[in-house]
Amino acid sequence: MSRMAATRDGYGQALLELADNDKVVVLEADLGKSTKSLHFRKAHPERTISCGIGEQNMLLVAAGMASSGYIPFASTFAIFTERAFEQMRNGVARPNLAVHVCGSHGGTHTGTDGSSAQSIEDLAIYRTLPNVTVLHPCDDVSTRLLTKQLADSNSPSYMRTARNKTPVLYDDVDPSTIQIGKGIELREGVDVAIIACGVLVSEALKAADALSEQGVHATVIDMHTIKPLDTDLVDRVAERCGAIVTAEDHSVIGGLGGAVAEHLSASSCTPLERVGVNDRFGESGQADEMLELMELSAPHIVKAAQRAMNRK
Amino acid sequence: MVHRAQAGHPGGSLSEIDLMAALYSTSLRVRPDDPDWDDRDRFILSKGHASPGMYALLAEKGFISHDDLHSYRVLGGICQGHVDMKWCPGVDFSAGSLGMGLSFGMGCALAARLEGSERRAFVMLGDGEIQEGSVWEAAMAATHHELGNLKVILDRNRIQNDDFCLEQMRMFDIPAKWKAFGWNVMEIDGHNMTEIVDGIKFLDESNNAPSILIAQTIKGKGVSYMEDNPSFHGAAPNDEQFEIAMNELGAVE
Repeated sequence: MSRMAATRDGYGQALLELADNDKVVVLEADLGKSTKSLHFRKAHPERTISCGIGEQNMLLVAAGMASSGYIPFASTFAIFTERAFEQMRNGVARPNLAVHVCGSHGGTHTGTDGSSAQSIEDLAIYRTLPNVTVLHPCDDVSTRLLTKQLADSNSPSYMRTARNKTPVLYDDVDPSTIQIGKGIELREGVDVAIIACGVLVSEALKAADALSEQGVHATVIDMHTIKPLDTDLVDRVAERCGAIVTAEDHSVIGGLGGAVAEHLSASSCTPLERVGVNDRFGESGQADEMLELMELSAPHIVKAAQRAMNRK
Repeated sequence: MVHRAQAGHPGGSLSEIDLMAALYSTSLRVRPDDPDWDDRDRFILSKGHASPGMYALLAEKGFISHDDLHSYRVLGGICQGHVDMKWCPGVDFSAGSLGMGLSFGMGCALAARLEGSERRAFVMLGDGEIQEGSVWEAAMAATHHELGNLKVILDRNRIQNDDFCLEQMRMFDIPAKWKAFGWNVMEIDGHNMTEIVDGIKFLDESNNAPSILIAQTIKGKGVSYMEDNPSFHGAAPNDEQFEIAMNELGAVE
């Protein structure tokens, strides 16, 4: 059994490691204990800005600091970043200020708080904004590495992290293989390609195992960067496999599935099945129960793979 | 500008301009020949639609040329409809969506303090604009962080897009609200230059907490038919009205 960890812990660790750069500042909206920016706050209180429960203000304070040469990392729950969407649009993305927003507790996987806390549209809305990079890593290692890369970026970003633990996939990998904008091929198969992000990457691997028992060889991609989408990789696996499944703990509208569908419709029109939250809200439940209820777990990815292959 | 473009916001430009002209002339530390100078004071026109006033001032001060004013609202022009830091030298924030400038200014003020710089952040707010809730998030946060280098001028022209503020959203005792949030507050007549200069001195010298200068102004000041007239919040004068305005303002185009 691999190590289990939550991606938000990777975010917190990355901030600590970034602290050597005295231009890095952290902004909180009363959820530092949850988003894990608290470690930075404890070590560097002078560079941590409490914005109280005020996300709209937080995003623009970050923008002001970015315009003055600082590298702000602002975090709250994914769902509450959405309240500041217009601030992100007009005050951050439009002037292309390198503010890095982290929305933790994203997706239905966040669990028992229920639907009010389960952001299932964040990836979609931020993906519509010019200049904004959108990330949703699958484990704490990749979250840490990608967060650290963001500090060198000249444009804004949105990263979703998850509240609950998932299997760690990258403990032993060469860190240079994890790069913003580059999907990671975790499993190479020829029959169907499963392109997943976040908490569903490990479900995709389980699905590939199940498919393998049926004699189906599946490719599995960790598409941690939703925007810019690694279209070269999408095209390569479309060509090789001829059938694609996307998997995300997010609405089927507009997220990873939407991004891949948009790309494929303009290139190969490879059969695509999207596993995601099917245009509905969640409810209170444990993380694993939610993946089951929302039809996101490995067995559902297997079924989607069969549907996609049948359409070849 | 507004007449040529046949669109724009003359009323709020005329109410703010005395205040901004005085600020740029007596206090604001900026370099027109080096608009991105790191240690400049920041000036954030949060009421970003009142851009003609700002562009005229930037041209007077030499940040842009008078010819640039012809590009107001014209495709490819540096004088975008609402002030934009990506397009126009001397503009520190891309405004246009109300309620954002104070938060941005707070970020600039925090950055200055963190860096050990003496620079200040000045923010021009409209009175209708403070109906936006996030302004009060910023007002509260600025006091919490004891940002004495954050200075606000409130252009209290009493008119917003659709009508008088009194009709749209009564705001009751505005000075008391800012005082209750812990701000230093001074009220002046925003068209009396002696009072304006005193008010800017008050902003310059109040460094223990964020400070606000509440300036009673007249929307459309200086143009008879625009003064106190909600119709000229966001409407251009026709040819005849333009002639009248230029005569009344003693202006040459």
